[in-house]
Amino acid sequence: MAETSAKAPGRARPLSPHLGIYRPMLTMMMSIVHRITGGALYFGTLLLAWWLIAAATGPEAYGVFMDLATSWFGRLVLFGYTWALIHHLLGGIRHFIWDMGKGFELSAVEWMARLSLAGSIILTLIVWAVAYAMAGGL
Amino acid sequence: MTDMRTPLSRVRGRGSAKSGTDHFWLQRLTAVANVPLVIFVLASIVALVGADYATVKTYLSMPVVSILFLLLILSGVYHMRIGMKEIIEDYVNGEGMKLLSIIGNNFFAAVVGLACIYAVLKLGLGG
Repeated sequence: MAETSAKAPGRARPLSPHLGIYRPMLTMMMSIVHRITGGALYFGTLLLAWWLIAAATGPEAYGVFMDLATSWFGRLVLFGYTWALIHHLLGGIRHFIWDMGKGFELSAVEWMARLSLAGSIILTLIVWAVAYAMAGGL
Repeated sequence: MTDMRTPLSRVRGRGSAKSGTDHFWLQRLTAVANVPLVIFVLASIVALVGADYATVKTYLSMPVVSILFLLLILSGVYHMRIGMKEIIEDYVNGEGMKLLSIIGNNFFAAVVGLACIYAVLKLGLGG
């Protein structure tokens, strides 16, 4: 079993077509991005853990976290985190629709992809607009 | 081909892994739970922007808030553990590396989950 990946002797075996051969399409990119955002959110939980531990530790630890989180780099990471979260959430809702056996027509697949991409960007901007309003401006 | 499986095993349809579609089902179950929980936690964080430490601590120590955070941590960590296992199984080809990655995935999920739970409980139970 473990030997199957070793190089085969003689002539090159035919390979099934892989990613490089397809023209990128929105639905395909959305599927790939769903997985990438999932992976990013996986490591992003470290930030949630850090925030909660800092809050549980005390004012100094919380201050250190907040200084980093509100720096330009921290904001950039958190903005990306917000978008990844919302994109993955909307992608998940598309998957619920497909799990119920609906939305498989090509037109539906296409507009759901467009709607969730646009929705993820618009909702991320709304969340950040509200956050800045909460903080009393920039 | 002689089928070595018993009729009961065949009708259960769970194969040699004995888990059948549990993986698929739990990924969806945790996903359904994550939707409202993520919205709640995101709204909480946005509402706390600009708040001082005392306010944050008071908010996070409210029982309802603690419970909802704990639910998100449990459901979220379980969801991400299944998802990462699927990614590892798809892309990590060497058997040794695959085993190490899957162990690492489980350890990461356990450490992050437990760290978050401990912090939430400490805040909630007034540490």
